Amino acid sequence: MRKVKIYVTLRESVLDPQGSAVMGALHTMGYGEVADVRIGKYLELQVDDSERELDVIVKEMCEKLLTNTVIEDYRYDVEEAVTK
Amino acid sequence: MKFAVLVFPGSNCDLDMYHAIKDELGEEAEYVWHDTKDLSGYDGILLPGGFSYGDYLRCGAIAQFSNVMSEVKKAAEAGKPVLGICNGFQILTEAGLLPGALLRNKNLKFMCRSVELTVENNSTMFTSEYAKGEVIQVPIAHGEGNYTCDSETLASLKANNQIVFTYTNDNPNGSVEDIAGIINERGNVLGMMPHPERAVHEMIGGTDGLALFKSIVKQWRESHVSHA
Repeated sequence: MRKVKIYVTLRESVLDPQGSAVMGALHTMGYGEVADVRIGKYLELQVDDSERELDVIVKEMCEKLLTNTVIEDYRYDVEEAVTK
Repeated sequence: MKFAVLVFPGSNCDLDMYHAIKDELGEEAEYVWHDTKDLSGYDGILLPGGFSYGDYLRCGAIAQFSNVMSEVKKAAEAGKPVLGICNGFQILTEAGLLPGALLRNKNLKFMCRSVELTVENNSTMFTSEYAKGEVIQVPIAHGEGNYTCDSETLASLKANNQIVFTYTNDNPNGSVEDIAGIINERGNVLGMMPHPERAVHEMIGGTDGLALFKSIVKQWRESHVSHA
């Protein structure tokens, strides 16, 4: 069993209105240092070991369903899941 | 002409669509549940608005893998008219039947009001009953209708006349080039954020949406009934 942590963000070329609104709030609060805010999604998958290569199926799942590659980018990390 | 009104868990404009076809247009319509595996008996496919699968993950993302969607792809390949309104438009882009994607409205608000649309292309099977450049009043109700696509896609949409409707003066969602509705290259799959099915009776604020459905029926009659 492994844990796959997937991070999804809007592509650089796509305007992120939520991020802009949050940045505006941070500036109002006095955090003028913040130069940009991008809001994304975080997904955690527990994946059983199988004969299929993990990288291949994670990529497939990301590109078919978990992200829309027209507007989103993704990256992921894999960890050995701790068995209790 | 017989229409399928697709129903996904969370669809909520299916009744309006059914009413527009059955009562205002006087054509046949049936509700078709999302796990249906055969759409061959229908002449036109309608994907209504709503919040399919609760808009979880992304609007339309989960609905694209419903059983019925492979049938919608077959119908599109066969040249049948496929119309996606609001969430239906989002599903068609997620399924790859139309290019681009719908983002959160630029002002982050759910917009629910009437808008003016310009008919940019009246030589489609969905818009032949409008005049080119005609301005019509149709309601919108969406939070994620901000159409976007890369610059290459935009150039090809323009070159092929695939931008069918634009917001006339007041773009409610920040869409690129004020796009409100686009059609596929072949000209039989239309997606739009505004709701023509809610503009089919004077009592509910206008009838400007009716010509869209009449156009579909007219085209179908011309290509089917005349050969009978």
